[in-house]
Formats: sequence, structure tokens, C-alpha cells
Amino acid sequence: MNRDYRITNFVKIKNHKIYKGREQIFSEERSEDLNSFLKNAYSSFNMSYPKFYKMDSLCKLGTIATEVLLKGRKIHPETALVFSNSASSLETDKIHQNSMGKGVSPSVFVYTLPNIISGEISIKYGLQSENAFFISKTFDSGLIHNYTEILLDLNKAGEVVCGWIELKNDRYDVFLCLISNEGEISFSKENLEELYLFKDE
Amino acid sequence: MSDLRAELKKSIIEQLNLEELEVKDISNEEPLFGDGLGLDSIDALELIVLLEKDYGIKLTEPQQGKEIFVSIDKMANYIEANRTK
Repeated sequence: MNRDYRITNFVKIKNHKIYKGREQIFSEERSEDLNSFLKNAYSSFNMSYPKFYKMDSLCKLGTIATEVLLKGRKIHPETALVFSNSASSLETDKIHQNSMGKGVSPSVFVYTLPNIISGEISIKYGLQSENAFFISKTFDSGLIHNYTEILLDLNKAGEVVCGWIELKNDRYDVFLCLISNEGEISFSKENLEELYLFKDE
Repeated sequence: MSDLRAELKKSIIEQLNLEELEVKDISNEEPLFGDGLGLDSIDALELIVLLEKDYGIKLTEPQQGKEIFVSIDKMANYIEANRTK
């Protein structure tokens, strides 16, 4: 069918900075570690979601990114989620593995799959929608574009939050887009790639 | 407040990452699940681990948790009667 879909907005989180569109909305270069950065961002955005503190860092990244992306917007329950990364849930997998023999933690174990991000976001926004989490070596704009377009073309979703949520060795790289019928930027593989590579510096 | 109750509150805040709460925010009678602290099923599993690790109490019947994790008071009473360390 191929209707005219748009990149309504996008969010990037990398190098202690958070962008909404091309505008930097949060920077915390003083934060010594990722957890401090995420906690300070949570406070800065006046988020009130105590479950945030229970999440692993990968889920916190996804939760903050969607908060920025969707703030002030009416969220449809059928909004689909299409995510990807290369390291899966490796950081939490390692914590879980290291705890074996010393007493494992159920609240760590539940985060040993990357698609729990989709679950956490679905719970937070009351979504009852399609979701997928792909593992690919690098950000694959073609894969994200194709899968998202299929969901929209088949009316499986009216809007889609899609992109890349990566965390590996405390290095993080998040790029999420909201795809709908609104906005100036055409939804294409090339535009996804360009926005992913966008740097303010 | 008894030491055990204060200790339990501190452990629960730490183990369950209830970072927005302090010991004084949790009353001894307040329900831990549902409308009270709003704990969930994963938290219940963490509490089972906490009982075993800190007090040497091993719960074998899932139903026991429902009766013990009602409030701080209930938990403290159960621990006082059954602790092995």
C-alpha cells in the first residue's frame, strides 16, 4: 500500500546528552556513570514512575527515550514498538551470570532479555500492540524501515516507535523515532540513517 | 520502632530499589502489596530471597508468602518466630 508516513519526531541519547529532534534538551557531563546520568535525566524531566528505579540500565534508557519522544502526546494503545540493538541484554546477563553461586536476584533475572524494554514501555503507556526486538550488528535503517512500514501498511498499528537502544560496556547509543502521518520529514531508510548519524558537535 | 522492623524497612528499600522512599515513609501496618507500597510479583520473589539470605528462613509453600508479606508487622512477627540466624 505504501502511504505517506512521516518521522514525526526523534530522540537521541549518547555521550551524556539527550536530544529531542535536533535540539539538545539535557546534558550532564559531570555524571561519573550511566546510572547517575539516567537518574539525573529522570529528575530533570519531572518523571514520576517509581518502577524506573527497579529497571536495568537498558530499560531505563528506553524509558527515558520514550518519555522524551511521547511527552504531551496522546498515545494510542495500538502504537507498535520496533527496537533493535547489537548487544541484546548483555550487561544484565553478565550481572546475572556473576551472581550465580552467590544467590541470584529475581529482579535482575527478569531483565535478561532485551524485549523486556517493550514490555516496560507497554505497561507504562497501556499499549496492547505489535512489538519486535531485532538483534543486528549495527543500526540497520533498512530493517527498521521495512518492518515499520509493513505494520503501518497492514493497519497493524497507526503509529510506531522504532529505532536503536544499545548498551555495551557502559557505552550507550539510543535513537528512537515516532512514525505517524504527521511531520515534515518523510519516513525513508535514508532519512532514518541521516538522523541516526546526526551530531550536534 | 523495634530494630527488626527498621532493619526490614531498610533492607526492603535497598533490595527492591524503592529509591523514592525512606524508612520513615513505611508504616508497620501498611500493606506491602496493592494499594500500600505497590510491590509486584517480582518483589515477592526478592522478599523470599531476603528471608533466606538474612534470616535463614526458607519458604517452601508459595501460599506462605501471601500470609507473611502482608505488612512489616506481619513479616517481623514471622521472622522473630522462625529465624535461624
